[in-house]
Parts: sequence; C-alpha cells; structure tokens
Amino acid sequence: MAEEKDSTIENVAVTDAAGESAKGTSTKSGRGKTIRNVALVLALLVLSGCLFYLADLLLRPKYMGEVTEGALTAEYYKAYGDHDVLFVGDCEVYENFSTVQLWREFGLNSFIRGGAQQLVWQSYYLLEDALRYETPDVVVFNVLSLMYNEPQNEAYNRMALDGMRWSRTKWNAIKASMCEDENMIEYIFPILRYHSRWNELTSEDFKYWFKKDIISFNGYYLRTEIMPAGEMPPPRALGDPNFGDKAMEYLDKMVALCKEKGIHLVLIKSPSLYPHWYDEWDENMEKYAEEHGILYINMLEIAESEIGIDYSLDTYDAGLHMNVTGAEKCSSYLGKILVEKYGLSGHKDDAKMAEYWAEVEERYDAAKAGKTE
Amino acid sequence: MLFTSYEFIRFVILLVALYYVLPKKAKWPLLLLGSYVFYYYAGSKYLFYILGVTVITYVAGLLISRNKARADARFSEMKQLEKSGEGSAEEVGKEARKRYKEGQKKTRRRIMAIGITLALLILAVVKYTNFTIYNINGILSAFHVPKRIDFLTIALPTGISFYTFQAVSYVIDVYRDRHEAQKNFFKYALFVSFFPQLVQGPISRYGDLSKELFTPHVFSGRVVRRGLERVIWGYFKKMVIADRILPAVNALIETPENYKGAFVFCVMMFYALELYADFTGGIDITIGIAEMLGIPVKENFERPFFSKNIAEYWRRWHITMGTWFTDYIFYPISVSGPMLKLSKWSRKHLPERMGKRVPVYLASFVVWFTTGIWHGASWNFIVWGLGNFVVIMISQELEPLYAKFHKKVNTDGSTVYKSFQIGRTILLMSALRLFDCYRDVPLTFKMFGTMFTTWNWKALGNGTLLHLGLGRADYVILGLGTILLFAVSMAGRSGSVRDKLEKKLPMPLRWGLFTVLLLVIVVFGAYGLGYDASQFIYNQF
Repeated sequence: MAEEKDSTIENVAVTDAAGESAKGTSTKSGRGKTIRNVALVLALLVLSGCLFYLADLLLRPKYMGEVTEGALTAEYYKAYGDHDVLFVGDCEVYENFSTVQLWREFGLNSFIRGGAQQLVWQSYYLLEDALRYETPDVVVFNVLSLMYNEPQNEAYNRMALDGMRWSRTKWNAIKASMCEDENMIEYIFPILRYHSRWNELTSEDFKYWFKKDIISFNGYYLRTEIMPAGEMPPPRALGDPNFGDKAMEYLDKMVALCKEKGIHLVLIKSPSLYPHWYDEWDENMEKYAEEHGILYINMLEIAESEIGIDYSLDTYDAGLHMNVTGAEKCSSYLGKILVEKYGLSGHKDDAKMAEYWAEVEERYDAAKAGKTE
Repeated sequence: MLFTSYEFIRFVILLVALYYVLPKKAKWPLLLLGSYVFYYYAGSKYLFYILGVTVITYVAGLLISRNKARADARFSEMKQLEKSGEGSAEEVGKEARKRYKEGQKKTRRRIMAIGITLALLILAVVKYTNFTIYNINGILSAFHVPKRIDFLTIALPTGISFYTFQAVSYVIDVYRDRHEAQKNFFKYALFVSFFPQLVQGPISRYGDLSKELFTPHVFSGRVVRRGLERVIWGYFKKMVIADRILPAVNALIETPENYKGAFVFCVMMFYALELYADFTGGIDITIGIAEMLGIPVKENFERPFFSKNIAEYWRRWHITMGTWFTDYIFYPISVSGPMLKLSKWSRKHLPERMGKRVPVYLASFVVWFTTGIWHGASWNFIVWGLGNFVVIMISQELEPLYAKFHKKVNTDGSTVYKSFQIGRTILLMSALRLFDCYRDVPLTFKMFGTMFTTWNWKALGNGTLLHLGLGRADYVILGLGTILLFAVSMAGRSGSVRDKLEKKLPMPLRWGLFTVLLLVIVVFGAYGLGYDASQFIYNQF
C-alpha cells in the first residue's frame, strides 16, 4: 500500500547538517557527526539571531531627538532604589510633576511611569510591572485617561509599551492596547514593525544603536518654555457622563492591586486646561473615590487659588501642560499632602540615594537653565 | 489568509510541525483539515463552492470508473460466453460486444459531460453572471432600450478557477482511463483543496500529485530545508520586488490622463516586473511549502522572459495552465467530428498552406478566447487573450519570410540576434499586458497609442517617477532586486540553482546566504503597517 511506503523525496541522500538527524546514528562516528552537526546548526542559529537582533536594534526608533516620550518607559529600570511615590498616567503626569522638586522639598524618591496618551490599562500594567520590582508607599494616578475606552493610536501604544521588559504583564498590556491593525508578533520582533525605517536612518540611529541617554528626570519630562494659556476651544456636549466599561474595569483593577499590596492609591486630575474635564466626570470620580475610600484631588479646581499656578507663566503650551515652574508648584502642593496624609518621611539621610539625586539635580538644573548636555 | 500574512506563516509552521509529528495514518487527513481551515479563512461562505465542485466531480469520477469496471467485466463475460458457445452471436458476438462497448463509452461520456458541465456551471455563475449582465445592458443601451438588469452581488470564491480546472481535469482523465477514480471522498477532497496551490495554482493533475499527496512522508532535514529555501526566494520576489513596485503601477494607471507616452512604457515595464515577481514568487512559495511536506508539485515557470517568441513564452509561463488548455480544449476540439469535417473541407477548397492551418487557428482561437476569459470576466482579458492569438498567428504566417531572411542573414548562434528576439518577446508581452492595467479596452488602445504620439521621454528624468509612492531608495532596492532576479534566472539556465548552491557552497555559507536573504526580506519587504496588504495578482483569476 502507498501509505506503507516511504516517499521518494525522503529517500534522497541526507548530506547536510540539517538533514543528518534523519540518518541512522547507530555507530559512534555517526553519533559524533550528528552531535557536531547539531552544534553547528545551533551555532548558526545563534549567529543568525544575533544578526537579526543587531538589525532590529538599529531600526528601532531611538526617541533621542525631537520626540523623546518613547524613551520614558525603559528609563524606569535604570532608576535608583525603591520609590516612595509612583505616578502613573498620561502626559498630565510626566509633564506636570517634578520628581526633583519632590526630592528637594520632601526627600521623596519618586518616579513617573507616564507616557503620551497613556491609556488606563497601560497605566495599570506599568504599575503591575513596577510592582514586580518594588512596592511604593503611594501610587498617584491621573484620571484624565478614563475618557478613553478603546485603543487609540499605534504610535502611542509603541511609545508606552516598547520600553517595557518582557513578562506576562507586558504581554497582557499589549493585548489590551493593540489597535485593529496591530499584531503581537510585531511587538515580539520589533524589526517587523520598524523595518521600513531603513530609508529614514539618521546618525542618531547609529549613535544610540546600543546605548541611549537618560532624557527624563525619574520620568519627569522637563520643559522650560513659556506660552501663556489662551482661550480654550468650547467643550463639546457630553453624551454619556459615565466612563467606559473597559476604562473603569482597569481602574477597579488598579484599586484592587494597590489594596492587595497595601499601597495608598491617590487619584488626581492634573491642572491642565485641555482636554476639558467635565463636572459630571468630576462628580463620578468623587463618588468613586468615596465608595472605595481613596483620596481624589481635582487640582484643576484649585490650580490658581491653592497651588498658585499662574497660567500666563507656568505652562509651555498655552495651558495644556505645565512648564518646569508649574510642575514644581504642582509637586510642592501634592508632596505636602502625601507627606502629611501618609506620613512619608523622605530619604535625605540616605547617602547613596542623595548621591543619585545629586546627579539628577545637576542635570535638572542645567536643563532648567537651558544648558542641556 | 494571505500568503504574506503572519497568520499564514504561523499556520504553515504549525502544519509542517504537526505533519511530521503525527502518526502516518493521520498525515493526509491533517493536510485535508489544514487545507479546509486555510480555505475557511479565505471566506467561510466559499466552502460551499469548493465542496460543491468536489462532490460533483468525485461522483462523476466514481460513476465513470464503476461503469468502466462493469463494462469491462461484462465485455469479458460476453467473450467467454461466445467462446463457450453459451450465448448467441447476436447477443455476445463481436458486433454485439462492439455495440455494447460503444454504448457504455457513450454513457461514460455523458456522465463526464454532466460532471464537468455542473462544475463549470458553478464557475460560470459566480464569475461570469455580472459580465453577462454588463453585456446585455450594453446591448439594451445600444438599441435605446431603457430597461437595465441589476448586477448581482456575487463574491468570487478564492481560487475557484484553479480548483475547478483541477477537478475537471480529474474527471476527464478518469474518462480517458489515465488513472482510476479515487474511491475515498476525503482523499479526493484533499486533491482538490491542497492548500498551497489552492489560490493560484499550479493546476496539478491527479496522476501527478495524488501519490505523493497521500504518502506519509517522514521528516528529512534536507527536504524541509530545501523547501524553506524556495519559500524564502518566493517571499523575496513577492515582498521586495512585486509589492514595492505596486504603488508606482497603481499611481500610473489610476490617473492615465496624467501619465501618457513614456509613462505608458513605464507601466509596461513596471507591470511586467510586478506580475512576474508576484506570480513566480507565489508559485515558489507554493512549491516550497509543498516540498517542505515532501510533496513535489509541478513547476509552473521556466524563465519565460528568456523566450525567443511568444509561442515559446507561453510554453514557459504558467505552464500548467497552458498544458491544461492544450490537453482539455485544444486537442479535443482538434479531433472533434465537426473539426475533422472542417479540416477535410478546408484542405479540399482552400490553398494547401491555408487549408492545413484553418482548423488549427480555429482551435487556437477558442483556446485563447477561453484563456482570456478564464483570467477575468471582462473584455480586457478577452482582448488580451485574442491579442496573444493574433500575434502567434501572425508570427506563424510570417515564417516563410523569416526563413528567407535567415537564408540571407546568418543569425545562427548570434547573441545579438538572440537578445533582439528576447527583447522583442518582452516588449510584445508587456504591451499585451497593458490590458490588465487600464480600465477598459478603448483606453488601453488609446494609452498604447500615446507612446507614439506623446513624445515626453525627457519627463522620465524630471522627478515625476519620484512622486508615484516610491522614493530614490525604493528604486535602488528595486534595481538591485531585479539584478538579483536576473542573475538567478541566468544561473538557472543550466539547472537548479539550489542544487548548484548545495554542491558548491559548504553548509555554513549556504545558511549565511539564506539568512541574509531572509534579513533582506524582513528589512526591505513592503509589508506591515504603512503598507496595504496586497494579495497575489493571480488569486483573483
């Protein structure tokens, strides 16, 4: 019967390494040859892998030029020590709070795991990722991103997620974040996504091929320009005042995770003037915080009266984000509350930490004075 | 599931791995399951069509085969009866046996005709209904009849032209007694649906494919590696060349009023390159995947652009389609009763040379008309098919003239003359392919004409070509890719390039070569976000 016969193709002499395994290896020399060939194949596989990895590293965007937000996520892994405060959220955290100010004024070691248009589930998974390494006393989450209930933009997804270290958390973060035309395999092998950059490569890509500069100050993205806030576009009529199911599901998960780990979760609405923060959303948040016994601070309401924000001086883009003076004011205000409410004592007497922060401060002051390295 | 999608690559890896892991008995059922899963992803509703064609042709084949077996048995019985003197001469004699044999053959022919008519009917309904309506509406309009027939919403099932032809050839071959009918329905279903060749061929014959398809192959690193090499080369052609040049072709043909004269020549050349890289790339992937499973599939190309004339070109391009039309249309027509009568008549009444050729040309005309309409339900394809017929006919008619020329000018072994012939074939074929590009036949003729009326060759150097969705770097990649394509074709003239590499290069170097080729595809391939996923051109035929 045909089924019982070997095919003609498989009878072809097996002469090369990949094919040797099919041949009998009963003799010692045969076995030795097979082992040698398997080793050769493995070595070639490793070499090929290295070649692809080098190309992959070269083609990935470096985020060292004009758009730097994509570099923020990975910088977390280079930061020193356990953090007292961990911020998660979108641009309203990484541009509106100065971690250096929190150190200077309160001795707090803080880090901002924020990214451009970082969605709630991304904030959740970045928090979960951080908890693999440490357990901060306080987690501050900016609630603006609750307005998004669906994945939004591939470019922002990549900026938030590419820098994460691989773990089940990253896998879940990608699954939750992918837009319709995205594919998991392109996250696993970024070269499949960024291959088309071959004709856009610049000297920056070669300079930062293997090593990148630190561009943030523990996740804070410093801006020194001043652009007074003008008139904001009128808010569009709000349809459903409730946040979406998926967004709330991840907020619930964040609350549960913090409770499980004994972390104080603080919800804030940062004092950015746009996108518009509706009263109905604010009420929802207040109610939610009350129900879950969480602190919720709408810093927008008290920006001028209590925090001292001067929208003609403290923003660099007409009220959308704070510049460094605005960020320092926000940090002073929030830091005081955190210290008083949660008894955070600071680490000014920790020599190693002080040394680390001295370096950060030096860079910070230089950048603030407009003398970036 | 496009060949160039991640899903397809995952699917193939999983299927090949499972194929070699599963026990012998489960191998061909796995291929059947895999083929139907593949087809399901092409469109679940299309399963109905492939199942329909499979059932019809399976039953037809089986009935023919059973009839043949019964008839043969009865024939022998009649012979025996005559010998033993138990039957009368009227019942079992030579004449009676002949009558019986012819009667049974007629029955089988009827079964075959019903089988292939039903199978082709499915193809005709889904592929040509709207084309028929379009033509009827055209006629109504010509006669100022205000009534119009609405077009139907019928999606063309993926690969239907290919698997229908394959199934039809099976029924005819069973009728012709080339092979037995397959009694196991599921095995037959695998022959019709074998996934690598399902969407763009090659159009395999049951006699060629079945044995290896149902044989349980055991793992051989060499076999899998060689298949993989072919697959990689196919992806290179498709993704680095065909899909990269695609935006430029589309830009040039979408607004023809902006791209006349020299740009039409660009369309000719660009589209020829795209189609060649696309189709041969797809076939390389198909053959490579089948090879990884230990199943040899017929070659479909033999460096067609090295042909010296169009007839030769068609013997080397889409070979399995060409031989299908020859075996199942050209020969049957040529030896049919009416054609033999015509042949007799024309030899008697027409000049000798003409008399011999009329029947051949008539059969050729039918073949090229069918070839055209098989490629697509539009006048563009019909005219394209007939254009090929006309060129072949003219070149045959000019043969005496060529002979005179060659008597006067010795071109034997002349590289220059050979190059001229190859260049002429490329230009002719590329010009005919313009019918694939432009939206209708008059526009195609018009655009072709502008090559001679709009003298704008200088415009090719003024940067216009850089505004077709391709930058300088893209053209460089295309140029280098084409040079590589050409070099491999040249190397392939004296035998398989893979065989040569295997003989001449040590394994690590060969590995390195294909690793670099894979890296080239990954980096320079036109795929992923920012590119429109492009299906293979022949998928739509």
